[in-house]
Amino acid sequence: MELFRFKNDIPFMSYGRWTTTISLATFILAVFFLATRGLNFGVDFTGGTVLEVHYAQPADLNKVRQELTEIGFHDAVAQNFGSSHDVLIQVPAKSNTSSSKISDDVLLKLKSGEASVEMRRVEYVGPQVGKELFDNGAIALLMVSLGIVVYLWIRFEWKFGLAAIIANLHDVVIVLGFFAFFQWEFSLSVLAAVLAVLGYSVNESVVVFDRIRENFRKMRKSEVAHIIDNAITRTMSRTIITHGSTQMMVTAMLFLGGETLHYFALAMTVGILFSIYSSVLVASPLLMMFGVSREDFIKPEKTTAEEVLP
Amino acid sequence: MNHYPLWKNLIIVGMLVLGLVYTLPNFYGESPAVQVMPLRSHLKVDAALLKRVEDALKSAQISTEVLSQDATAIKARFSDIDTQGKAKDILQAQLGDDYIVALNLLPRSPHWLTSLNALPMYLGLDLRGGVHFMLQVDMKHVLDKALDTATSDFRVTLREQNIPYAGVSREGNSLSVKFRGAETRSKGLSELSSSNRGMDFNDSDSSKDFLLTAKFKLQEEQVIQKAAVQQNLTTLRNRVNELGVSEPVIQQQGADRIIVQLPGMQDTTRAEAILGRTATLQVRMVEAHTHPDARDYSPEKIEAAKRGIIPAGTELLYSRRDGRDEPLLLSKQVVFTGENLTGADASIDQQNSGSVVSVKLDAKGGIAMKNATREGVKRRMAVVLIEKGVAEILTAPTIQSELSNRFQITGMRSTEEANDLALLMRAGALAAPMEIVEKRTVGPSLGAENIARGFHSTQIGFVAIAIFMIVYYLVFGGVSVLSLGANLLLLVALLSMLQATLTLPGMAAIALTLGMAIDSNVLINERIREELRNGIPPQTAINAGYDNAFATILDSNITTLIVGIALFMFGSGPIRGFAVVLCLGIMTSMFSSVLVSRAMVNLIYGRKVRLAKVSIG
Repeated sequence: MELFRFKNDIPFMSYGRWTTTISLATFILAVFFLATRGLNFGVDFTGGTVLEVHYAQPADLNKVRQELTEIGFHDAVAQNFGSSHDVLIQVPAKSNTSSSKISDDVLLKLKSGEASVEMRRVEYVGPQVGKELFDNGAIALLMVSLGIVVYLWIRFEWKFGLAAIIANLHDVVIVLGFFAFFQWEFSLSVLAAVLAVLGYSVNESVVVFDRIRENFRKMRKSEVAHIIDNAITRTMSRTIITHGSTQMMVTAMLFLGGETLHYFALAMTVGILFSIYSSVLVASPLLMMFGVSREDFIKPEKTTAEEVLP
Repeated sequence: MNHYPLWKNLIIVGMLVLGLVYTLPNFYGESPAVQVMPLRSHLKVDAALLKRVEDALKSAQISTEVLSQDATAIKARFSDIDTQGKAKDILQAQLGDDYIVALNLLPRSPHWLTSLNALPMYLGLDLRGGVHFMLQVDMKHVLDKALDTATSDFRVTLREQNIPYAGVSREGNSLSVKFRGAETRSKGLSELSSSNRGMDFNDSDSSKDFLLTAKFKLQEEQVIQKAAVQQNLTTLRNRVNELGVSEPVIQQQGADRIIVQLPGMQDTTRAEAILGRTATLQVRMVEAHTHPDARDYSPEKIEAAKRGIIPAGTELLYSRRDGRDEPLLLSKQVVFTGENLTGADASIDQQNSGSVVSVKLDAKGGIAMKNATREGVKRRMAVVLIEKGVAEILTAPTIQSELSNRFQITGMRSTEEANDLALLMRAGALAAPMEIVEKRTVGPSLGAENIARGFHSTQIGFVAIAIFMIVYYLVFGGVSVLSLGANLLLLVALLSMLQATLTLPGMAAIALTLGMAIDSNVLINERIREELRNGIPPQTAINAGYDNAFATILDSNITTLIVGIALFMFGSGPIRGFAVVLCLGIMTSMFSSVLVSRAMVNLIYGRKVRLAKVSIG
């Protein structure tokens, strides 16, 4: 079976202006939503307390809220989580009462109202730790980006490194934009997914770049645009199948992995979709824009004779 | 051309067999178990203890699946949870307070696997349930305490050397001593700097006073803080032992943090209470005892006290040594407390080469000790640890001479005993208060559910990929799926071998690496198709396909590896668990998708000289 058989090369580079405009628009939208709505940071980054409790019968949210108010947590949020039996309670961190005891108080109160309540998960993160986790995440993102640029620079050429990192950071910003727009919770595992997306889309760009480099050596008489078109067209089939396979795994996690893996898988899904787009339709036009040429790979032959030491 | 030399095939087969062996323990699952560990360091885990456990269980007619002994504990495995609970109660009753009897889970894998050190993957708290605490040591408090100690030390030193001074005061992180003249100041400087080598001294003059300011050297500050964190770690270890958790993790993180992980622990309130508890250490005079070599020998008073006639201001307590109780009548007046204790270390006495505990006190404690011992030579003194309202006499030595802020407790029978006493004396208090800055609890039902979810999604995803690959690439698809299976096998084996902590994000990483590992096979298969399309004969096409795809596979895997390593270095908590699996997965996928799949393709097609057609869809 063969799904993707292209007789002629698809002239991707002639759409270059369109595709980069579209992605610029998406990028600006993503930045806009990040700026106006911001990310809905989870307890990992903001600090505070999260409790997940399980009731034997469907939980009465109003009663839970009332109980929370009774013990003084007016700003606590209680909502269903996964099923009607499960309740997620979030108590934001306050500078004066930032104590790990909050969860014990809440559990005790809920147990006094309904004995069947079962503790599933408690997370307390102090404000200081939350800030550190945030900073570490930012450093990780920076180091990953730098590492990739350096590697591609060594392995290919600076134009490739720069084009890849711009295209791929654009994916990361768009994933973040989605999280801002839908106000999905941004937790540590989502951060892991975002960074994995970065690696994944670089991987994607590398495959295309590898072909471009190979074509420069083989197709000596072709135009640069034609060389890139040919590289993209011939890796197209692999791109779609690989991403399809990865997406199968991610989809399984999205629906079967439970709440923790749900947002992880969601970030991966958005990331995978955009990394196909960006590596084909953003990274390569950028490469053209930076003026990649055959001379970047094929060094002119040395004409000077080697010096002979006496 | 498509033929691997024998050694290459052997290596591949060898790796797969090794992978299979180390993956196996994960299939056997775990059984409920009980483990017995001694609480005091002089008690040994030996054949005698094994015999005691065995006899206790036999007499209660409890049958064990396995009963084994290792360096730190006796472990007994049972068929079900009911037996486990019964066994725990019986053992705890038989062995008493000197041993911890903790509930545990032990792998059910057969003996030959365990002897190869093949263990199931080590599950993180989010998969097995338990509590994770991160505690922050209050470093400011540590320095404050050190400066306070130094302040009184200064006063004592100057007074003892008869150097007149106008006062010692503390300003921020430095101490300043006022002198009336330059001469006394220089005398003070030489005296103080010789007894406080960890401090920097500066002299400065104000309008009418001659000042000497002292500050801890940066190096010394670090030493002080390090010691405080160490002491807190020791104290926490002792306390956690008491919780009866089978595999607790207590480790330092960064300069001023401590992580405590208690697998299987559900009662966070109890855990917090025990971790944060402040025990008190008191040193009190013995008023009457039954040891004829020391003063206050009075068996009559002890007999009377046993009958309930206790003199006012005293109290009857028992000192335990070698399993025997010695009754002692103690004064209620406290000579000094753990607050005054600045150090207790086991060492070897040079003179009679026995083990001793060297005790250091602050200035206040030193003065109290001096006053108490001046008149008390040949009397006995008791070191009492009060925890949870229960007083325990650690030791009750006889005073040999007048003592001050540095002295030794001798007569230890072994280094272990000395270590134990030093530890318990230090453990009396935390060196600095700690605050819980992070707490994560996962209930056992959620842990089990997380395992099931992670497993399910990987399974479904794997099957979906397998079906697609076989339909799309036929025989080559089948080869790809088998090599993906080999990848999973090797990854699980590697995780089991390294005993790296597997968390839920780690499980996500397993699924993700599988989804990404198929990329290498897709690259290879697409290449082979392309070569075939260009009219190249099948054998050459296979070879060219693998060769040409390799550079790309290497490049794309290295970029992912860079991501993994950066995540591991800079990430925290769940991100690290994800990164470890990602990095290992990349390595196993390189091996399986290139070498294993090639070996299989060689096996299928390599031997045919005239190959007209390959099945690649």
